[in-house]
Amino acid sequence: MSSQVKSAEPVGGKTADKVFKGVAYACGILILVVLAAVAVFLLFRAWPLIGGDQQANSETISNFTGGKASNFWTYVGPLLFGTVLVSALSLVIAFFISIGIALFISHYAPKNLATVLSYVVDLLAAIPSVIYGLWGGLVLVPAIFPFWNWVATYLGWIPLFAGPAANPSRTVATVSVVLAVMILPIITSLSRDIFLQTPRLQEEAALALGATRWEMIKLAVLPFGASGIVSASMLGLGRALGETMAVLMILSPGLNYSFKILQASQNQTIAANIAAQYPEANDLGVSVLIGTGLVLFVITFVVNYVGRKITEKASA
Amino acid sequence: MTAAQNTPMDKAPVIDFDKFKPTRSFIAARKRKDMAMRVLIVLAFVIALIPLISVLWTTIANGIKRFNLDFLTHNMTGVVGGNPTPSGGYGGVLHAIIGTLEITLGAMVISIPIGLMCAVYLVEYSNRGKLAKSISLLVDVMSGIPSIVAGLFAFSMFTILVGPGSTSGFQGSVALSLLMLPTVVKSCEEMLKIVPGDLREASYALGVTKQRTITKIVLRTALPGIVSGAILAIARVVGETAPLLMTAGYIVNTNFNLFGGQMTTLPVYVYQEYSKLNANCPAGADASCVTTIPMERSWAAALALILIVLILNLIGRIVAKVFAVKTER
Repeated sequence: MSSQVKSAEPVGGKTADKVFKGVAYACGILILVVLAAVAVFLLFRAWPLIGGDQQANSETISNFTGGKASNFWTYVGPLLFGTVLVSALSLVIAFFISIGIALFISHYAPKNLATVLSYVVDLLAAIPSVIYGLWGGLVLVPAIFPFWNWVATYLGWIPLFAGPAANPSRTVATVSVVLAVMILPIITSLSRDIFLQTPRLQEEAALALGATRWEMIKLAVLPFGASGIVSASMLGLGRALGETMAVLMILSPGLNYSFKILQASQNQTIAANIAAQYPEANDLGVSVLIGTGLVLFVITFVVNYVGRKITEKASA
Repeated sequence: MTAAQNTPMDKAPVIDFDKFKPTRSFIAARKRKDMAMRVLIVLAFVIALIPLISVLWTTIANGIKRFNLDFLTHNMTGVVGGNPTPSGGYGGVLHAIIGTLEITLGAMVISIPIGLMCAVYLVEYSNRGKLAKSISLLVDVMSGIPSIVAGLFAFSMFTILVGPGSTSGFQGSVALSLLMLPTVVKSCEEMLKIVPGDLREASYALGVTKQRTITKIVLRTALPGIVSGAILAIARVVGETAPLLMTAGYIVNTNFNLFGGQMTTLPVYVYQEYSKLNANCPAGADASCVTTIPMERSWAAALALILIVLILNLIGRIVAKVFAVKTER
C-alpha cells in the first residue's frame, strides 16, 4: 500500500535519499565519536586523581593496598606487571596449541570433520567467561594441584616454578591455563582462516617435490601465514589482558613484582582488581580504579591496533 | 651409466648420482618427523577438547541438581541462609532472567541500528576512502576493548551526565552495546559485501534512488545474514559479567523497570552466588537446610546461561544457513 502512495509522487525519494545518506555517514562517524568518548569520559571521571588533592589520593591508595603503595604509579605498577605476566603466560600456553588445531582443521582433518571442528572451536568461544571462572574455581583448581606440585618438586630450580606449590592452587599458573582456554578459539579461528588462504599451487608444488606433509606446511603454509599468526596472537593477547571474571574468581590476589607463578597471593591484574575493589570503593577510590582502567584501555588499544595493522598489511 | 657413454658429450664429467641419493636413515628421519608433527597436531586438538568437555560436563552434571521449574519461576526474595522457601525451592533466577532479557534488549535497540547503518556507510557510501578505512580499523580495535572498560565507561558517563548513584539496567545496556557494536558492524559489513553488484545496478538502471535500492534490495537480500549476525552478537554479550557488575548492580527481587533501580542478570547472579561460598544453617536445622546451596544455585544458573547462549548460537547458525543469500561465490 505504501509503495502505491510513494509511486504517486516520484520526487519524494530525493529527500529520503539525502536523509538516509546523512544517517549512514553519521553512524559511521559515530564509531569514532564513541571511541573518543570512552577515553574522554574515563579521563574526566579519573580527573581527581591527576588534578585533585594529592594527599587524599595517596590516602585512598594506601587504604586499597594496606599501606603498600601511596602513589598511583606504584599502585598501578604491580597490577600492570601481573596483567602482563598472566596474559603472556596464557599466550605462551595457547599459542602452540591453537596453531596445532588450526593446522589440524586446515590441513589434516577430512573436510566433514573440519566443519564440525570449526563449530566446536566457535562453541568454545561462545561460553561466557563467568562459566570459565566457575569451572576454573571449582573444578580446575583442585584438579590441577597435583600437577603443579609435581612441577614445583622437580622443576623448582627454575625461578618461575619456585615451590612450594600453593594448595588450593589459586595461582597465576592456574589462571593462565584458564585464560589460555579462553583465548584459544580466537587465535585458532584467525590463523585457520589465514592457513586456508595459502596458495594451493605452492602447497602442491612442495608436495610434488617430494616434501612430506609437515615439510609442505613448513615450506608453504607457515611462511605465508606468519604475519597472520602474529596478528592473531596479538588479538588473543588483547583479550587476555582485559579478562576480568576468570581472574577474579580464581586468583588469590597480591601486589608484588613476583615471578613465583605457583605460589598464591603474588600478583593481581588490573581488570580483576577493578571488579574486586569497586563495590567497596568511595568516590575517590572509584577515580583511582578508573585511572587504572584507563591504563588498561590504552594498553589493549595499542595491542589491538598493532595486531590489526599487521593483518591489514598482510591482506593488502 | 652405460647410457652416458653413448652420448656425444664424451668429455662431460661423470656424475655419481648415488652420492645425491638420500640415505635410508635420512628418509626415515623425515618420515619420523612428519609422523611426530602429525601426532603433536592431533594431540593439540585433543588437549583443547578436554576443557571444553569438562566445562560442559561439570556444568550440566552440577547444574541439573537444582535446575527445575521452581528455580526458574522464583526470585531470591525470602531466601534465608540454606533454608527452603515456602514454595519448597531454594530461591531462583526469575529476576535474573528478566534482567538479562531486558538489558540485552536495550543493548540490541541501541547497537543494531547504529551498527547496521555504519555497515551501510562502509559498504555503500564510502568508496573505500580514507575515513572508511580508519573507521573499519577502529571497529576492529573496538572489538578488543576489555569488557570492564566498557563498564567503567558507562558508569562514568552516567555519573557525569545523570549524577551519582544512577545505577540502572539501562546503564548496563549502554555498556553492552559498546561491546556489541563492533560485532554487529563486522557481520553486517560481510553480509552487505556478498550481495551481488548486479542487483544494485539493475535497480539503479530502473531509476530507483540509492536509499530505496539499499533498503528494498540490498538490505532485504542480506536480511538473513544480518539477523544471524545480530543473534551471534547477542549471544556474545549475554554472558558478559564484569560491566554489569558495576553498572546494573545486584538485587534479590524482580525489577521490571529498565530505567530505574538495580537489576540482576544471570552472569552476575552466577558470580554473586559463587562468592557467597556457603549458606548458614542454624544449629538445630533439619536436613532440608542445605549449606552448599549457593554453589548449587550458581551451577544451575550457569546451566541456564549456557543453554541460552547455545540456543542463541544455534538459532543464529540455522538462520544463516537456511535463508542464506544465493550468490555465485
